[in-house]
Amino acid sequence: MFAEFVDGPFWYFSVTVFVVGVVWRFLAVLRAGRRPDLSVARASAVVGAIRTNLSRFLPRREIAGRIRLPVVAGYMFHLGLFALLLFAAPHVDFIKERITGFGWTPMPHWAFILASEFAFIGLLILWLHRVLNPVTRLLSRADDHIAAILTFVVMLTGCLALFQSFEGLRVLHLFLAELLLVYFPFSNLMHALMFVPSRGYTGAMLGRRGIHA
Amino acid sequence: MSERFEQGLSTLRKQMDARVVSYLSSCVHCGICAEACLFYTETRDPRYTPIYKVEPLRRLWSREYSFWGKLASSVGLGESLTEQDFADWEELVYDGCTMCSRCSMVCPVGIDIAYMIRKVKEGLAAAGYSPDDLKGAAKRAVEIGSPMGVTLATLQATIKVQEKECGIPIPLDREGADYLCLLSSGEITGFPEFIGSIARIFKAAGISWTISSEYFEATNTGVQLGNSAIAAELIGRVVNAAEKLKVKYVISPECGHAYTTIRWDAPNIIGRPLPFKVVHILELLDQLRRDGRLKTSGTTGERLTYHDPCNISRRGGVVREPRNLLNQVASDFVEMSDHGAMNWCCGGGGGVSTLERARDLRTKVFNVKKRQIDELNVETVVTACSNCRHTWEDGLEAYGMEEGVELVGLTELVARYLVENETPTAGQ
Repeated sequence: MFAEFVDGPFWYFSVTVFVVGVVWRFLAVLRAGRRPDLSVARASAVVGAIRTNLSRFLPRREIAGRIRLPVVAGYMFHLGLFALLLFAAPHVDFIKERITGFGWTPMPHWAFILASEFAFIGLLILWLHRVLNPVTRLLSRADDHIAAILTFVVMLTGCLALFQSFEGLRVLHLFLAELLLVYFPFSNLMHALMFVPSRGYTGAMLGRRGIHA
Repeated sequence: MSERFEQGLSTLRKQMDARVVSYLSSCVHCGICAEACLFYTETRDPRYTPIYKVEPLRRLWSREYSFWGKLASSVGLGESLTEQDFADWEELVYDGCTMCSRCSMVCPVGIDIAYMIRKVKEGLAAAGYSPDDLKGAAKRAVEIGSPMGVTLATLQATIKVQEKECGIPIPLDREGADYLCLLSSGEITGFPEFIGSIARIFKAAGISWTISSEYFEATNTGVQLGNSAIAAELIGRVVNAAEKLKVKYVISPECGHAYTTIRWDAPNIIGRPLPFKVVHILELLDQLRRDGRLKTSGTTGERLTYHDPCNISRRGGVVREPRNLLNQVASDFVEMSDHGAMNWCCGGGGGVSTLERARDLRTKVFNVKKRQIDELNVETVVTACSNCRHTWEDGLEAYGMEEGVELVGLTELVARYLVENETPTAGQ
């Protein structure tokens, strides 16, 4: 009964909330409006927006040494998570069956283990950094912890489901992933998509001024 | 709720544009911006974390614009923005931030934190939570025309002295000149040789220029205070002066925020394009150098470095020009460890240098510049901002370094090696 609910109605509900919620958040940005920049540009705003969108994937040389821990942990977590999300064999099958209609070659088992370790270690370091570092402790809000814990349990149940091949764990994993989808648009998990306009606005402003950032 | 506080809230609400909403929606509270801010690195006080300084704006957004905030406030829960928050954040925003925007260069999700701090200032100023020193400077700027109270009589006396020293008449109110040169009060009172230097350079290069007696001030205290109405009033005076004298260009002098304000912010503050082109003095000098109209002879052999004023380099985009000029007149020019668009601020920008109460904090954060100088073992620091020069003077004195390091304005340094009438000057 619960499995049917998770596989059926709740899946469609969570995807709907996710899509509508994300669109609503982007519309909120557009609705807030922005006046055109009336200053005479020195260089292209579009080029600046694209450049900053790409350049911010790497830390600047001048500050890299000061932020090594969160940067390394951040890379470990995000790369591991995306590898799991897109290339774990059950996910490829799920995406083919439920979303795209086609699949691709999944990653081998050893790569799954490696990606899982990267994602878990990265997330744990980031969360420990969040609670132990005075700066991140001051900045962090309940939302940051809820998002981290939810992501952690989704990953944990996913790994357990794969290793144990136990239907109950698969259903629990999917249920938690669906909760994450529902939570996503109302949380700062939105950064996963909102970084594009954020970097874009700043990059466009700096680009017009001829500043490479 | 007091009327002023309500006014502050209302002003803060008006700051919620698409940029702010996208920034607040993408912040993950990673704290990386702290490591780019001299107020944090030199004090290790987490409250100086740049994104924390925009907390009043975030709280308002969270309560009135976010799903959970709206839900919580509808049942009387959740955090709300209080008048005490405004009082608490005044020191962080005005004393603990020079709006140097170094944080904006390192944010992984690309948040322009300095842009939001400027917006927080609007709210605080509207609610009456802004420093008296800055309010006084803004009042003088509006009433007298200068934040330091420099009058036309003072300017005329300074011009007379400079004319005598350089032997060249300095044009005041010359209608139809190509260039209108603005001046900062800090230059007029502290570094008047800048005026003599440009007079000599412009004569040698054949530049038609003038200074307006009606409005000559380059700085804009309205921007530093966070009062757009005052900012617009002061920009309007520049526009009027330029239109009256029918100039084609307005020159921003050696002052950081003056350049960013008139070059990049002014049209957006007054809501229409400027009827003239804006050029920074260093851009113009480098252009003249490239055109062969600015000739120099000889170089200084002193080991020197260049301090990038944040609003000229990082916020203004003038990075290459000062280096071109320096390489022409200095044989031992060395760069600081972090320079150009990633320079460290001197700690006096954004109006912080105006605040007497911020003196100790300013001295403390200047330590970052001291370290940079110690690494280089230079005899001279060249810069292009009178406000930076004043801050450097105070900082070097506070650290007992004033005897070992000379401070020079870049325009002044170039003028020392100027070839006038094809005759090298005494600077060589």
